Amino acid sequence: MSNTKLKKVDILFSSYSVAPYEILDRMMKKDKTDIIESIIDSGLRGRGGAGFPTGLKWKFMAAEQNETKYIICNADEGEPGTFKDRKLLVDVPRKVISGMAIAAYVTNAKQGYIYLRAEYNSLIPDLEKELKIYHEYAQKFGLDFNIEIFSGSGAYICGEETALIESMEGKRGEPRNKPPFPIQDGYLGQPTLVNNVETFASVSMVCRVGSEVYKSYGTKDQHGSKLFSLSGDSPKEGVHELELGMKISDFVKEYGDGDTKAVQVGGVAGFCIPRKIFDETIIGEGNTTGGATMIFNSSRSMYNVLHNYLDFFAEESCGQCTPCRVGTQQLLKGIEAVKSGDKPASYLDDLVKLSKTMKITSKCGLGQSVTNSFSSIVENFREEMIH
Amino acid sequence: MIEVAKIIETKIDQIGRDRKALIPVLQGIVAHKNYVSKDDMVLIARELDISAADVYGTASFFSFIEEDKKGKFVIRVCKSITCDMKGRRGILKALERELRIKLGETTHDNMFTLHDVNCIGLCDKGPAMLINDEPFTHLTEEMIPKIIRKKRNHII
Repeated sequence: MSNTKLKKVDILFSSYSVAPYEILDRMMKKDKTDIIESIIDSGLRGRGGAGFPTGLKWKFMAAEQNETKYIICNADEGEPGTFKDRKLLVDVPRKVISGMAIAAYVTNAKQGYIYLRAEYNSLIPDLEKELKIYHEYAQKFGLDFNIEIFSGSGAYICGEETALIESMEGKRGEPRNKPPFPIQDGYLGQPTLVNNVETFASVSMVCRVGSEVYKSYGTKDQHGSKLFSLSGDSPKEGVHELELGMKISDFVKEYGDGDTKAVQVGGVAGFCIPRKIFDETIIGEGNTTGGATMIFNSSRSMYNVLHNYLDFFAEESCGQCTPCRVGTQQLLKGIEAVKSGDKPASYLDDLVKLSKTMKITSKCGLGQSVTNSFSSIVENFREEMIH
Repeated sequence: MIEVAKIIETKIDQIGRDRKALIPVLQGIVAHKNYVSKDDMVLIARELDISAADVYGTASFFSFIEEDKKGKFVIRVCKSITCDMKGRRGILKALERELRIKLGETTHDNMFTLHDVNCIGLCDKGPAMLINDEPFTHLTEEMIPKIIRKKRNHII
């Protein structure tokens, strides 16, 4: 808690090293276990939102003995308000691909995929160009790891790793039960490492600067830098790289328009933080770390905001499990009924209870996270829900 | 139909006669004619040796795989919260005016279909939309007639 200043950094978008894939070349001269230990030591956590320690995931993957293993870069960036992976893939694809190749080297995987959402199809030609360069260098370094692009087809849920794998297998993108985790039983039943775009890019930066330097960024609980996709009522919309561990109040002071009412942290699956607790809320502590931040000023109706979120959830629920399929629809109908006066204000409390039930009973992160924004908006902006 | 058969064959040659080829096959057909018909699905099912219901189940799950005939240009206007705050409703109205259709419809000449879509990852440049794969950002209502005219002229 000592270090809560907003600090801008420039690691992920820094320029490439002069020799292409120099980091990969350097890593391939190192011991595989040492590389994994250094990533564990860096404290890097998955940047897709769930925040699982990356080095540990790699260690589990390396321990799998199967002949066939897969590495998947999750570029199905569908969380509303998130566009940092897009910028990484446009500006520094080499860092992302280097991270994948390092993962392949330490875990002995031979095949990799970039699962790119359909909405980003326009990025394919440039990515193919970079992959061509990569394959030339991989051959030169003697790394037998092929990377292809797998294009998504427009489904938010496929950002969930098991739904993503299902869709690659030609099935509906419905999440699987966990365990087994993809590390043991992933794509086509083989061990599969799925990491977010930013995670792979961060790995190549950990390898470039070393875990000690990387760890010096952020706080003692949250190491390194993180990309924030900033949109909404802000004069500085765009992707910002910041050290982890800052108060919302610092963030709003730097990026707000002077009239900020609420900040949505972690996309619509995250939390809506009202002005009165800006000072006591640290981004990434107790809220998700996906990095989508949307700023709302006083002119915005939080009812409209919540209605928009619920409309989204109801449409993107894969429909497989009942709590999520029915719950998302009932929450949407419910707030409409309260607004129109068909239901009393106390009905909002029932709806909050329903959303909390969804958290316990839904199969995957989609249904489980609806209550985050639902409860935080209904509880903090109750008046706006009713009148 | 002959061309669809060719697309299926090409994809199977690349990926294998296996269910994992299903989505690339569907995408290949969509790239060719913007939708996958029921007849196409039966053909795919036969070639991949899976049931037509499985093909339909997968195809209908994904919003970028259309099952009904669409225009040559599918317009998808982002409806997520920040694009909404920046005026996507006005953009939709301008498109409806220009194309003389309502949301969800296709123009009589089969040139344009108008859809809305969840977040397309251009939130800092909203309001935004896609025409097929091509993104358009920082939209204003005045820009719409020009964009549509350009697309229309390019094709004729």
